[in-house]
Amino acid sequence: MKLHINTTINGEPAEFLCDGHETLVSALRNTLGLTGTKEGCSTGDCGACSVLLDGRLVPSCLVLAPEAHGRSITTIEGIASGDTLHPLQRVFLEDAALQCGVCTPGFIIAAKALLDANPNPTEAQARFWLAGNLCRCTGYDKIIRAVLDTAATMNEAAAV
Amino acid sequence: MIPGMAAIRYEAPATVADAVNLIQADPAARILAGGTDLLVQFRAGVRQPTAFVDVKRIPDLVDIAMDAGGLRLGAAACAAAIGEQAHVRRLWPGLAEAVHLIGSTQIQGRGTVGGNVCNASPAADTTCALIVNRAMCLIAGPSGERRVPVESFVTGPGRTVLAPGELLVALWIPRPAPRTADAYLRLIPRSEMDIAVAGAAVSVTLDPAGTCTAARVAIGAVAPTALLVPAAARALVGTTLDESALRAAADAAGAAARPIDDKRGTAAYRRTVVGVLTRRAAKIAAARAENRR
Repeated sequence: MKLHINTTINGEPAEFLCDGHETLVSALRNTLGLTGTKEGCSTGDCGACSVLLDGRLVPSCLVLAPEAHGRSITTIEGIASGDTLHPLQRVFLEDAALQCGVCTPGFIIAAKALLDANPNPTEAQARFWLAGNLCRCTGYDKIIRAVLDTAATMNEAAAV
Repeated sequence: MIPGMAAIRYEAPATVADAVNLIQADPAARILAGGTDLLVQFRAGVRQPTAFVDVKRIPDLVDIAMDAGGLRLGAAACAAAIGEQAHVRRLWPGLAEAVHLIGSTQIQGRGTVGGNVCNASPAADTTCALIVNRAMCLIAGPSGERRVPVESFVTGPGRTVLAPGELLVALWIPRPAPRTADAYLRLIPRSEMDIAVAGAAVSVTLDPAGTCTAARVAIGAVAPTALLVPAAARALVGTTLDESALRAAADAAGAAARPIDDKRGTAAYRRTVVGVLTRRAAKIAAARAENRR
């Protein structure tokens, strides 16, 4: 028997049906059509499926879909405000911090969680925070630079 | 879902009693805390439970509470939530270090200290830090509650003292005496996201003159379970943690180790390294204890 789940996704009420052992990333992508979240390793090692669950950064491959009941989820689709990109999204584009793009949604979500918790991270702090996000294209340098550039931009904007 | 696979139930009990009833009624049901071990094992086909019993809706299992006597960590409190507690970082910096070494930021948002202990990996990062801090496992079961010191909870790789129908509810850690502090170190070949080749935790209490009056030493990833090493602690007590005392503690830790050769390191290497880690962790713990009134 399918389970009926009521949840909040990107600030909007959402409901879906799932099996007891279905993962959250499967429900997001296959049932709800939110394919921005990517599934890489399915074992919590690569970070591609990162989402925020009640504000906390988690791998959605290691969350069961029914766990979303009554909780709040933020996916990459909820990061921009309408047509206005989040500063992280804009700077990732400007700094060319992506190539194939499969890891990018996870990096953006994880970096947002970092900047929410620590608006002014050091390079070492950013590298350790993002150690669970794997990228096989960029060599990480541009990604780390984009995150630090975004922090500087957001801090400047906040200071004005 | 794999075609032909039987549906697996998802249960989210609201109380410890309900959780105990569920796992007692169905021995093939599995407790789901953070899922960072269980769901990986499930996806790999290693475990095929009949039900996932999600215990994160039970307040007693997710709450982190501090009182005059000590700290109560709900078994399903995630690592990140524990590391965010300022009093944990102040009173148990070694435990905070261990928690912060588990997997990635994402894994720390899911993985729990209770799950780390119940998964019973010989290399579990938090177990050594819990042992030196005298943590007790609070267990609920069909015949009531019982308490087991964490060093006796794990009986072998993947094995614990939990009987059918029993559930780890919380870990309780007594408040450390003044001028007491801990440290945890592990060796991995990378800078993060790896499993310990060897690990060591040390807690020391110093008197105002700097003499060590009490110590606990635990070593990990060098035996089927994490080990409390009383001989290493004895080598520290009564000394000012001078070089000869640190060397004696390192030797005792190496002698207590019963490591294996595997892809992460040879037995001989582990035996040496666990001594080095013990000695370094003791120095760090002592420097912290000096500064903790």
